[in-house]
Amino acid sequence: MSPLLAGLTWLLVFQSAGEAIAVATGLPVPGPVIGMALLLVAQRVRQGRDAEASAPLGVAADGLARHLSLLFVPAGVGVMLHATRLADEGAALAVALVASTLLALAAAALTFQALARRTAPDGGGDPPSHG
Amino acid sequence: MADELFRLWVYLSSTPLAGLTLTLVAYAIGYAAYARCAFHPLANPVPIAVAVVVGALAATGTPYRTYFEGAQFVHFLLGPAVVGLAVPLAREWESVRRLAVPIAASLAVGSVVAASSAVAIAWALGASPSTLASLVPKSVTAPVAMGIAERIGGLPALAAVLAVATGVIGAVLGRYVFDAAGVRDLRARGFALGLAAHGIGTARAFQVDREAGSYAGLAFGLHALLASLAMPLAVAAWLALAA
Repeated sequence: MSPLLAGLTWLLVFQSAGEAIAVATGLPVPGPVIGMALLLVAQRVRQGRDAEASAPLGVAADGLARHLSLLFVPAGVGVMLHATRLADEGAALAVALVASTLLALAAAALTFQALARRTAPDGGGDPPSHG
Repeated sequence: MADELFRLWVYLSSTPLAGLTLTLVAYAIGYAAYARCAFHPLANPVPIAVAVVVGALAATGTPYRTYFEGAQFVHFLLGPAVVGLAVPLAREWESVRRLAVPIAASLAVGSVVAASSAVAIAWALGASPSTLASLVPKSVTAPVAMGIAERIGGLPALAAVLAVATGVIGAVLGRYVFDAAGVRDLRARGFALGLAAHGIGTARAFQVDREAGSYAGLAFGLHALLASLAMPLAVAAWLALAA
């Protein structure tokens, strides 16, 4: 089996397990998020052993991550369903989205950086190691 | 001849093939433009692709529902992509564990600031209650935002659009905000991008640096988890207090 296909199969198996747990427990957490947690645990448990066996997962996961943006196009096209609302409330929405995103980016990054300096002072100004 | 072409068009446009092909072609155009601009944040491929698709659908009079029959296959891959975020996370695990405190604090602060500032500003500008409810999960990834919006009285389809718009805004503006705020730590920049701009911010962070991408993926996943648990409770508590 090609690494891509094997990796994608594993991702779907973990997603299915996550969806099953979400439905069985009635937790409001989305199935893929539970699947991600399960996969993280599985990788930590097998850590160091079978590096070969987990290579396909890396191929599939990196492939999806590299073009994550593509996956949002169908939802984004949904904008055409809301033409009326956007005409009425578009200005309010645009201001709210831009301002809140600026505030959230700054708040999250400043909080992280200030506390990271205190807990792990070594990593603060690392130069980018890859591209 | 024209009649046959028309019949061919009717056939093609009634299968999922058309919507799927259009999505991929539009993204290829958006990505080529992004690459042509040396991956400048302002040339984000998502709005370009969305504009191409909307233009094509409008020109052919195709409804969104018909388009989505094909596009759903791409949309579906958001699930396995979220599961796959465990892979970079496992790679960076040791450093993630050491940074548990900044991660938890940044997650909580960023999530509250994103949701409350969006709702407060839109409310002050006169947005309707269902629009406000759809704005609450705007920094959470689209499929999760739809589920949250549904439970708090918003419109799922509008929530998805607002989430995509937020992702694009965050991916475009991130660099300028971090530079202005003096944030040079790539882990902090990545984490904030994933938190405020979910998958589209994460894609941007991976474009810049692999470690930043891993932290963005971490924030994107944690925010989906936190938001799906906490947002419905927070909105219920707020409405109970206001009543």
